Amino acid sequence: MTARLRDQLRALVAKDVRLELRSAEALPAALLFALSAIVVIHFAFQRDTLAGPLAAGAFWVTLLFAAFLPVTRAFVVDSEQGGIDAVRLAGVDGTTVVAAKAASLVLALVAVETVLVPAFALLLLGPSLWPVLVPLLAVLALANVGIAVVGAVAAALAALSRLRELIVPILMLPLSVPLVIGAAEATAPLFSQTPGDLELRWLLLLGLYDVLFVAVAVGVADHLIDE
Amino acid sequence: MSAPAPVAIALERVGRTFGDVVALHDVTLEVRVGQTLCVVGRNGAGKTTLARIVAGLLRPSQGRVRVLGAQLPAERHALRGRIGYVGHDAALYRALTARENARLRARLLGLPDASADRALAAAELGRHADRPVRELSRGLRQRAAVACALVGDPELLVLDEPFASLDRAASELVAGLVGPREGRTRLLVTHDLERAAREGNVVLVLADGRAHIADRAGRAPSAADLAEVLQ
Repeated sequence: MTARLRDQLRALVAKDVRLELRSAEALPAALLFALSAIVVIHFAFQRDTLAGPLAAGAFWVTLLFAAFLPVTRAFVVDSEQGGIDAVRLAGVDGTTVVAAKAASLVLALVAVETVLVPAFALLLLGPSLWPVLVPLLAVLALANVGIAVVGAVAAALAALSRLRELIVPILMLPLSVPLVIGAAEATAPLFSQTPGDLELRWLLLLGLYDVLFVAVAVGVADHLIDE
Repeated sequence: MSAPAPVAIALERVGRTFGDVVALHDVTLEVRVGQTLCVVGRNGAGKTTLARIVAGLLRPSQGRVRVLGAQLPAERHALRGRIGYVGHDAALYRALTARENARLRARLLGLPDASADRALAAAELGRHADRPVRELSRGLRQRAAVACALVGDPELLVLDEPFASLDRAASELVAGLVGPREGRTRLLVTHDLERAAREGNVVLVLADGRAHIADRAGRAPSAADLAEVLQ
């Protein structure tokens, strides 16, 4: 990566972070959704605690649906307030714009997980998370990249549509199925009463998913940001 | 006798449609470096469409567009930082301050923050430069947008009604900032026929997306001429 691209990437991510801190449009809603979902799951499953595959499924569905909120809003300010024109006039290519948006979404996901993981561990998960925290962070890191890249592409596609709240989930849900399978399978043993080892094949699946969708994003980014 | 200045904007049978709606039809013109192209016309005549095509923000549906030597849209990357664009709605992030918006453009162009600060100082925004854009009046927003467009001293200014919502003093200030300058080419969209007749080296009158006067053709069109075409 050249110094120019790195500077552009940094400037765009800093802009997104600053905008979210000032306007607080997506992140508070995503955090509220994640916490509410944990409470609803608690009552819906009629159990005090969850473990194993059930806990893993509940965790990843909650995280994925919470991610829809920042993803849906990702390009809204840029397109509605005309900022994307300034970015294009500055000669920033589509790949850099989408990469910056994906990086901003990773930061948003980390913020959600900073609240979601402790809340999930305290309110819903039976076994302790401490012994498996490092492998869980590895799974989260790979899943974050996948969700953010697919989210950035879906958000760019939906940005100019009045139906973006509908389009983002319609695009993202089917595309996220392999990611959810990999992430849930990888974390199910970590969330068991007797924690098992992280299976390498699920990490590989998540890594492959990330590589595939990064390649797709690079291929389509210039067309997405064209007009 | 000196050689004529190189061509800055060359449009050849340029058109643009949005679905079934023809926004621009068969526009051909040439503007040389340092000249001003004034575009006048009623609302919905295709002025903004033309401005956005020249700025490289919109693809033409037909025809050839060459700006500052680059064929658009294929060679848009060659225009990086060479075009400053001011729309009739200030294209600024409203939660950011005017300074943050200007510095964002500077950083994307690889320029120091000082270049943004200089542009803001020239626009005489004073303490307003550090207030969020959403708290600024429409006139101050427009001045901030002009300052952002001037970061990096672009060779081509595309100005889509830059004087809209400005009072007389601010209008004079902005006119000074975006006025003619050696080596600076301008595309000025305006409803002010007097200004178009006074400042335009090439004056284009658009009506329903069609060009009615492509240049002065040896005689400067007066405001009355332009008004007559618009009738």
